[in-house]
Amino acid sequence: MTFPDDDFSPVARGYGGGVVSGGQSTNLGDILERVLDKGLVIAGDIKVNLLDIELLTIKLRLVIASLETAREVGIDWWTHDPWLTGNKSELQLENEQLRSRIEQLEQRDGEGHAVEARAAEREDVD
Amino acid sequence: MSTDGVGVWAYAVIQGDSADDRIAGLHGVAGEPVRALVAADLAAAVGTVELGEFGEEALRRNLENLDWLAAKARAHDAVISAIAKSGPVIPVRMATVYLDDARVEQLLQNRRDDFHAALDLVTGRGELGVKAYADPKKLAAQDPQDPESRSGTAYLLRRRHEIASQEQAYRVAAAEAEKIHAALLAHAVDGKRKPASDRSLSGRDAWTVLNGTYLVDNRSVDDFRAAVATVDEQSTGIELEITGPWPPYSFAGDVVSS
Repeated sequence: MTFPDDDFSPVARGYGGGVVSGGQSTNLGDILERVLDKGLVIAGDIKVNLLDIELLTIKLRLVIASLETAREVGIDWWTHDPWLTGNKSELQLENEQLRSRIEQLEQRDGEGHAVEARAAEREDVD
Repeated sequence: MSTDGVGVWAYAVIQGDSADDRIAGLHGVAGEPVRALVAADLAAAVGTVELGEFGEEALRRNLENLDWLAAKARAHDAVISAIAKSGPVIPVRMATVYLDDARVEQLLQNRRDDFHAALDLVTGRGELGVKAYADPKKLAAQDPQDPESRSGTAYLLRRRHEIASQEQAYRVAAAEAEKIHAALLAHAVDGKRKPASDRSLSGRDAWTVLNGTYLVDNRSVDDFRAAVATVDEQSTGIELEITGPWPPYSFAGDVVSS
């Protein structure tokens, strides 16, 4: 079980005004989720469309806050997954390099060169 | 009080009795002293704020500024949380601003029955948040492929297996989340599942499998925490995170439809 601070202690937060018992700040995402999405929603005289702001920025900020929380509890697999982060993996880069080398080699005359070269590449890879 | 250039920021609605005592010494989003407006046996905790910073145009601009937003959200929550220590409170959504005190008093008068009902609902109760995070590595079946093999076929098979087992892991996690929510509801007066707050990023959102919030009797808070701890121990691959008690942000507004 991994928890930020001692959240299970009965005195945790306890209406502490945004501070949990260890003096650690309450997650901003948790606060925003409540003060913006929840609470008594009643029309004031000043008209501000919170929905626009929520959609454009708050949701994004909450994403970041949630991801940070997720990392705190050890769920960070996507940060290493090139398919999700968009970073090319070593394998993909290697693949591209090999393809372009093969292309170059195949453009040369003489099949023997290419075969030799491919064999050499395999040794590099292994 | 109607002065050019200032507005009235609302924090909370509370009972009129001893409202002044309950908010004494509190300071709000602009560092202003929080004061009580009393009407219909109710009181609104409000603060006078400059429209230059909290007016319509300024708010629209400032709310987009994360640092400003973070500071004001914390200040708004701090006022409500402090008031919640001494009794029931209806939190007002952040950035609810009126042009003068009379408008707020009129609101208390017009909606008195709703406000009293809302205060009854939340008296002696607090809100606890519970999030469940699923760890796909623990939920997914083991990969039969040799992880050392770097052949293209092995890589593709491994990817296919990863994707399939992640889908399966998510189904398992979703079913677990249902069970957790039901288990926690048994220790609460009411409960709600909210959308995972990270829905807008594809792929990653799946793993916050429960974003629940629960209205819990003050005397049952320890039981509720114990129930969360028990569920957490019993759920393999799922971590629970509990926050609160919060003021009843997610429940007090239900009685008062705007």
